[in-house]
Amino acid sequence: MKQAAKGNSLNRVDGALKVTGAAKYFADHQVPGMQYGVLVCSTISSGTIKSIDAVKALKAPGVTAVVSHLNTPPVPGFKQDYRGLKIFNDDRIYANGQPIAIVVADTLERATYGASLVSVTYNQETHQTDISKNIGKAYPPNNDKGYLRGEADAWKNAAVNISATYTIPLEVHNPMELAGIIAHWTSADTLTLYAKTQGVKNVQGTLSKVFQLPPNNFTVHSQFVGGAFGMGLRVWPLEIAAILAARKVQKPVKLVISRNQMFTMAGYRPYSIQELNIGATEDGKLVGITHKATANTSAYETFTEGIVAMTKFMYACPNVNTQYQVVPLNIGTPIWMRGPGEATGSFALESAIDELAYKLKLDPLELRIRNHADIDPEHNRPFSSKYLKEAYQTGAEKIGWYQRNPAPKSMTEDGMLVGYGVSSGTFGAYRSGATVMATLTPEGLVLKSAASDIGPGTGTAMVQIAANATGLPTGRIKFMLGESAYPNAPQQGGSATVSTVGSAVSDACKALMNELGKMAIKDHPSFKQATIEELQHGNGQLSVANKAGSAVTYAQLLKDLNLPEVSVTTTSQAGENAKKYSMYAFSVHFAKIHVHPLTGVVRIKQVVSVADAGTIVSMKTARSQMIGGVTGGIGMALMEEGLIDHRFGRYVNNNYADYHVPVNADTPPIDVYFVDKPDPVINPMGAKGMGEIALIGFAAAVSNAVYHATGKRIRELPITPDKILLA
Amino acid sequence: MNQFSYYRASTVKAAIDAASRSGNTRFIAGGTNLLDLMKSGVLTAETLVDINKLPLREIRQEQNRLHIGALVLNSSLAEDDIVKKQYPLLSEALLAGASPQLRNMATVGGNLLQRTRCTYFYDTTMPCNKRTPGSGCGAMDGINRMHAIFGVSDQCIAVHPSDMCVALAALDANILVAGPKGQRTIAMKDFHRLPGNTPQLDNTLGKTELITAVEIPAANFTNWHYLKVRDRASYAFALVSVAVALQVENNRIKDARIALGGVASKPWRLLQTEQLLKGQTPTADNFRKAAEKSIEGAVTRTYNAFKPAMVVNSIQTALLKSVAI
Repeated sequence: MKQAAKGNSLNRVDGALKVTGAAKYFADHQVPGMQYGVLVCSTISSGTIKSIDAVKALKAPGVTAVVSHLNTPPVPGFKQDYRGLKIFNDDRIYANGQPIAIVVADTLERATYGASLVSVTYNQETHQTDISKNIGKAYPPNNDKGYLRGEADAWKNAAVNISATYTIPLEVHNPMELAGIIAHWTSADTLTLYAKTQGVKNVQGTLSKVFQLPPNNFTVHSQFVGGAFGMGLRVWPLEIAAILAARKVQKPVKLVISRNQMFTMAGYRPYSIQELNIGATEDGKLVGITHKATANTSAYETFTEGIVAMTKFMYACPNVNTQYQVVPLNIGTPIWMRGPGEATGSFALESAIDELAYKLKLDPLELRIRNHADIDPEHNRPFSSKYLKEAYQTGAEKIGWYQRNPAPKSMTEDGMLVGYGVSSGTFGAYRSGATVMATLTPEGLVLKSAASDIGPGTGTAMVQIAANATGLPTGRIKFMLGESAYPNAPQQGGSATVSTVGSAVSDACKALMNELGKMAIKDHPSFKQATIEELQHGNGQLSVANKAGSAVTYAQLLKDLNLPEVSVTTTSQAGENAKKYSMYAFSVHFAKIHVHPLTGVVRIKQVVSVADAGTIVSMKTARSQMIGGVTGGIGMALMEEGLIDHRFGRYVNNNYADYHVPVNADTPPIDVYFVDKPDPVINPMGAKGMGEIALIGFAAAVSNAVYHATGKRIRELPITPDKILLA
Repeated sequence: MNQFSYYRASTVKAAIDAASRSGNTRFIAGGTNLLDLMKSGVLTAETLVDINKLPLREIRQEQNRLHIGALVLNSSLAEDDIVKKQYPLLSEALLAGASPQLRNMATVGGNLLQRTRCTYFYDTTMPCNKRTPGSGCGAMDGINRMHAIFGVSDQCIAVHPSDMCVALAALDANILVAGPKGQRTIAMKDFHRLPGNTPQLDNTLGKTELITAVEIPAANFTNWHYLKVRDRASYAFALVSVAVALQVENNRIKDARIALGGVASKPWRLLQTEQLLKGQTPTADNFRKAAEKSIEGAVTRTYNAFKPAMVVNSIQTALLKSVAI
């Protein structure tokens, strides 16, 4: 069978639904008899609840319940091995803003007012929210012994070396759509949920354990998600609170938390301190890298991520040792955020490489090229594909890298200091298992899988993959996702959806075409003489190769065969061959910036980002995703910072006015290029993931550009004007 | 929810009468700040007197002054032809503030009465002498990067967040006020207060007085600039802002006005710096020397120690911009 020509500029298949408001996000759903929940949160950061006085709240108009640890319905799973905060389980306070009660009323306004009337007293204990004052409590998570290749701390003996410490503050995902859920107990042991999640099956699985009920007792709907950036990768206590409230009042309960609650109960990028030491020969060959990272976790749970992962394999360096440790603090548990730990780690590694380049008097891009890892030095095996050098060259040409004067503080334009910076990024190219049901009807093809789309355009990419596999026009293909009743798919995270679910779509489509072909050969007069190899798919029809006039449309075929539809369900996962390779996607970011010489204000003037993400399945949505990732990177580099007043353990900028994310005026033209060469190993499409590499490394490109513009090294994100002024 | 009465006034007198009848009454116009504060539990009201129907939406040129009704929207004022032509400084300042959505709702009178954005003021679990007198100041030893360096007291270091007011201060505007005892005029420099021992009082407006208009005297400025230094390019409060207006004749500065935002509980006029500039030629050196004088008396805390340097550099930048050097 041959593949039909592929079109690469498909518009978002659900774009019209989104811009017209027809797309229903979780909070848009209406369930008859629905009540509204509002959370009451702790105002201390450590201690116990002495009392909760709900009398006034319960007397307020419309209030039907106040649920807390004093009267919660039982949660059998909390008696088992449960990871995370056990909501309403006891009187213990681990963090400021921890949900301690939920007030339910017949309207949101009445529930909000009711929540304001709940009066709580505490036994306050000393809290710790400042990582720098608690380094002594750091521990290696999961008995992590650290990583060593060659000799430890070999950088010390190198001819040229640099040592630097980089810090990144807490950053909060802050998607536009607030977290929450609609919980509806449809019987004593069955629950229907409208959720904001990156994985409906994960919600089902988690709740099955929490409530000790079979997974299929939970029906989870999450067709549209208004951004998540990682915060939807687990079920949070807030969601269980709503479910318990619904049980209590015996009515459906909708909970949408407030913006300031988004800071304390739905994850964040942890605060991190990274020490980088790099040594090189005088001609710029790396001798040793030592990378030590310390990040915070919560007081009740160990959160880990790959902060030091990139350092182990990014460069051909004989001696590398890394160490990763976490510090428990009285803050909620972090969760993977935008490029997660790798984005955190890349800021330190790629800034340090730039520092080393300047110390060596070598072009930072040249230093990277000289130490390019042709094979994966961590696992000593080949990469499945790697076109990073090509990406470097394309990016350098497009931004005019070699035309710049590399000396710090040497370039000006319109009275502004000009800086150019470069940084690379990488993230594992993953593929796990997924199942897809493909059904051909006279109208077209319907694909179902319990995948998610938190914004990148999953449905669009899947329709494109299915069109490539079947030859059906994209307009006649539907990809349906976000329902727990659909066949199994993993969460949308770690840049793996196109690779994993896309492979399953591709396989299911091929299986379906094969099935249809076999049926045609068996029962259809036009194809009786043909072999399966001779059959061709294209343009919604089946034909025999080199036989004019043999084409029959799929609809006609179904009719002739007297079949209402043909359906197959297939499960796909990575083959054994994949284990012989290291699979990573790569990116390079170039930033051109202006720094005001007197005020220190940084404005990004141009970005060129080049991704080696294998075959690009859906060019338009891929480009959009890169632009989105870079925009997140602008936030990380220049403005995002969750500020806690450590005396109180409380956020002081927990709103959109004070916690800054980039606005249009901060976002320059972002030129995106793709190497667009297939990875021969990872999956049938040759596509590596690209969600994370869109952001990973970007912050270092900006900080390196700031150094080029000003001669000042800002090692503490975000790079705000005051830091440049005082440096 | 929290109940309150709502009364829609159709005349200025009716509005003032309504305000005089009950103890805890607030006027509401655009509501862009008041509603936030009420929802956050920072402010309560027994009665809201809606003044949107009052005939205070006119911008008109009068002899020697521009009259701006208190209910003129920030967006209308910024785009007004007379303002853009004769007082571009005001237009620039308005457009530097908030977002288009907010400017489409916010009024001139309301902008004058904007409360501080100090986070300790907004979070009712935190100490704040401005919100709850006697409860202490959370910002003093807290996260005070956005806070005041001029005119502070040991009670409060909050800043006034308005951009518009900084321009009005530079332009020597007057605030027209109506109250139970009739009308009066308050000079811009006397309108907002320093915290002293009563940080809960932002301004000198009486409890039942209503702002009816702002008037800007005619002026012969030849050069203007409003500079807002902030953490992101739009929709962010000022780290420091500077309103500059110069009258330059024969390469000499005849008159100079400089006001700062983001540094005090009121728009901070720099009368001494203005004096230094008068009679000088508009050069980078003269601007720098004058700017350096501007930070005398500044008091910094842990996180706003950068502000004096930023003030000097920002004044210099704004002056240079105004004469296009």
